[in-house]
Amino acid sequence: MNARSLIGAIRDRLAARSRWNVLEIAFWLVALSTVYLLPGRHLILTEIAILGLFALSLDLILGYAGIISLGHAAFFGFGAYVAGLLAVHGIITEPLLALLASGLAAMLLGFVTSFLVLRGSDLTRIMVTLGVALVLRELANRNAWLTGGADGLQGVEIKPLLGLFRFDMFGHTAYAYCLAVLFVMFLLARRIVNSPFGLSLQSIKGNPLRAAAVGIPVNRRLVAVYTIAAGYAGVAGALLTQTTAFASLDVFAFDRSADLLLVLIIGGTGYLYGGLIGAILFKLMQDYISALTPQYWPFWIGLLLVVIVMVGRERITSWTAPIRALTARLDWRAPRTPVPEARP
Amino acid sequence: MLTILFDGIAYGMLLFVLACGLAVTLGLMNFVNLAHGAFAMAGGYCLVVLVNRLGFPFFAALPLAFLFSAVLGFVLERTLYVHVYRKPHLDQVLFTIGLVFMSVAGVDYVMGSGQVFARLPSWLEGQINVFGVGLGRYRLLIIVICGLLTIGLQLILSRTRFGSRLRASVDDARVARGLGINVSGVFALTFAFGSGLAGLGGALGVEILGLDPTFPLKYMIYFLIVVTVGGTSSITGPFLASLLLGIGDVAGKYYVPTLGAFVIYTIMIVVLIWRPQGLFARGVAR
Amino acid sequence: MTQAALETIGLEKKFGGLTATSDVSLKVAKGARHALIGPNGAGKTTLINLLTGVLRPTSGRILLDQRDITALAQHRRVKLGIARTFQINQLFGDLTPLETISLAVSERIGAGKDWWRLVGSRAQLMDEVAGILESFRLTDVMDERTAILPYGKQRLLEIAVAVASKPRVLLLDEPAAGVPEDERHMILSIVAALPADVSVLLIEHDMELVFQFAQRISVLVNGALFVEGTPDEIARDARVKEVYLGEATDA
Repeated sequence: MNARSLIGAIRDRLAARSRWNVLEIAFWLVALSTVYLLPGRHLILTEIAILGLFALSLDLILGYAGIISLGHAAFFGFGAYVAGLLAVHGIITEPLLALLASGLAAMLLGFVTSFLVLRGSDLTRIMVTLGVALVLRELANRNAWLTGGADGLQGVEIKPLLGLFRFDMFGHTAYAYCLAVLFVMFLLARRIVNSPFGLSLQSIKGNPLRAAAVGIPVNRRLVAVYTIAAGYAGVAGALLTQTTAFASLDVFAFDRSADLLLVLIIGGTGYLYGGLIGAILFKLMQDYISALTPQYWPFWIGLLLVVIVMVGRERITSWTAPIRALTARLDWRAPRTPVPEARP
Repeated sequence: MLTILFDGIAYGMLLFVLACGLAVTLGLMNFVNLAHGAFAMAGGYCLVVLVNRLGFPFFAALPLAFLFSAVLGFVLERTLYVHVYRKPHLDQVLFTIGLVFMSVAGVDYVMGSGQVFARLPSWLEGQINVFGVGLGRYRLLIIVICGLLTIGLQLILSRTRFGSRLRASVDDARVARGLGINVSGVFALTFAFGSGLAGLGGALGVEILGLDPTFPLKYMIYFLIVVTVGGTSSITGPFLASLLLGIGDVAGKYYVPTLGAFVIYTIMIVVLIWRPQGLFARGVAR
Repeated sequence: MTQAALETIGLEKKFGGLTATSDVSLKVAKGARHALIGPNGAGKTTLINLLTGVLRPTSGRILLDQRDITALAQHRRVKLGIARTFQINQLFGDLTPLETISLAVSERIGAGKDWWRLVGSRAQLMDEVAGILESFRLTDVMDERTAILPYGKQRLLEIAVAVASKPRVLLLDEPAAGVPEDERHMILSIVAALPADVSVLLIEHDMELVFQFAQRISVLVNGALFVEGTPDEIARDARVKEVYLGEATDA
């Protein structure tokens, strides 16, 4: 094959990695349509959107950089409380600006704690991330003068979005707001993972030794993605506060971090849509089971986790092969048809 | 101040008995069992049922609590855990979290969600006067029992054949197998024993730590801290770490109540930054 | 005397009581074709690990183009112009050769941290990537996951990744190891075709490759430099034969 067509093939292949495929477009069109077509379900859809954004943030570090975190709720909770406090004390009353501020605050926290996850093994990271989330929860608990303690943050009042859209009690504005934020942040995340930076993250996850030998400053990249992911989680937490006008200690709860792992396991990691799909399935499942046994829902979650692990994540993926084949079209990581053989 | 020290030591030794099974499991199979607290909880509830409902004497119920958790540990290890050893760490974490959730919800269903108390024999209540210092009788008992257990453990490890097989397996499982040591058998027994100790600790701890269905979740981090700070390659490491944490927690909550448990979390994070393999572990982290 | 491209001064590496590298003072000249040979366990890979920063020396210094790099992290050394291949393939299993080479070239020109552009949007990069893929015979597999590639192709990719960093000093750790007989010639021709201004240090057991390639040979035994010289000198040196023969009779 001549040089020109090889370069052409290369550019084509690389461009194909980030091309929007039909299923993706369909996904977002369906999502958009729910704003108008499912008005009665906007409350649970808002929860799904927030959970999806939160899961997306974990996917950035777990699926793309290989960092196992058992305390990602730390950033979610931090963003939630910052947003709440900004509203309560009237520091920033416009919700979108407050959202940005909360996200930045969470990013700062992420940056400061990122150095903790650089050292040590997977087990160390698990314990350190768990520890950080617990520290924050404890701080929030003990400083009730600021956070309201165990009763939660009282008196959160959310002003109209952009000064125009009032948050109604049916949750219509809230849902449209969350969906829009989710979409924009998703686009940004999509850009990031398809960039050279994103590619270097995947290489670090795959083989950190080789990554360093290629000249990648591994620690710096990990700090960067951890910081970004913390910001995303903080935004999700802030959305929760803004749409429910309340923030309580359970934003830091271990359950939240654990459930999040389950969401990503169900949906799959490393292709960005896993968090969103997992969030949908998880919430629907939770809704259904909670209606049956409101108090003992953690039991079934636990059972599900045990079963998934015992059966093996790979085997589950093979059972759902037909669906996977379909979703692989969503996953631009799947191998393409090979370049035709070079003629002698 | 001495009372604080005394309480802290009692608390620390209790933590040690609770956590040492986890330390050995982690060191032996590089497997972090977040559900370790569930076995402690099982022992605690066993004691409560035996003493409160069935009228068993306190001291007869203690070894039964140990046995209950040990058997439970053995059964679960042979049926479930053994399939998970080879899996990636993330899967192991998810698995044990799943077990925790199941145990918490399960106990909530069977025993109710309120805190339970054990009826102590009357001579264990109150204080005795030692050199003018009032020492809680129950805490004194804990120190005695846990102290004896610690010495016993150290003797088993260093003087018995099982102990040397265990130490060899922790040091290097592959080589140990090559020497003909039945590593998985050693592990099953150790897991059972560690779970039993957790159960005993849970039973002893009903009075001091409080017992309700959320126990495994509440105390998970404490066990992890003991193991993290103490390392997994000896008994003395977790022992010293438990004492450090016990005293630190009690003193912290007394002197600086607004920070409370913050103190020990901070200790853990600081230690992990400085020495990822633990304060007292020797050699390279796995 | 021309200045060395890569030089070590009294390099030592001890692991507890074991001395893996003992007082090694090695000079790799500019544009050299320098081979490092020695019996198994002599410490050749340890030396490479010390040179690239995977291991920290117990004592001694490493100079790259007269610049002291002893304390520098791995990725900094790569940026300064030293690259290596691994004896056992260290590749990115889930990435394709195309992505791997693009990544290496991207990092080299400092575009690795760009998060807002898409991979493949720089035209001059693509020219270079195409060139590398072609010269390493990887175009037919460039879009397949590295993990499923045949071993020979993986080995070629291993070298291609190192070359993509445009190093001034290239350390090849047994590039032909494990490669089937019929594919070896490809490795040989690629190693022979490396640019003349790149200084190459080659570790190899394949003596045919060594004598075809090298202008200078150093022999490493038990972590220390045993003898150094031209291929002819080494071939005639009875002590070298003894060291290898000694190993053969022990085995």
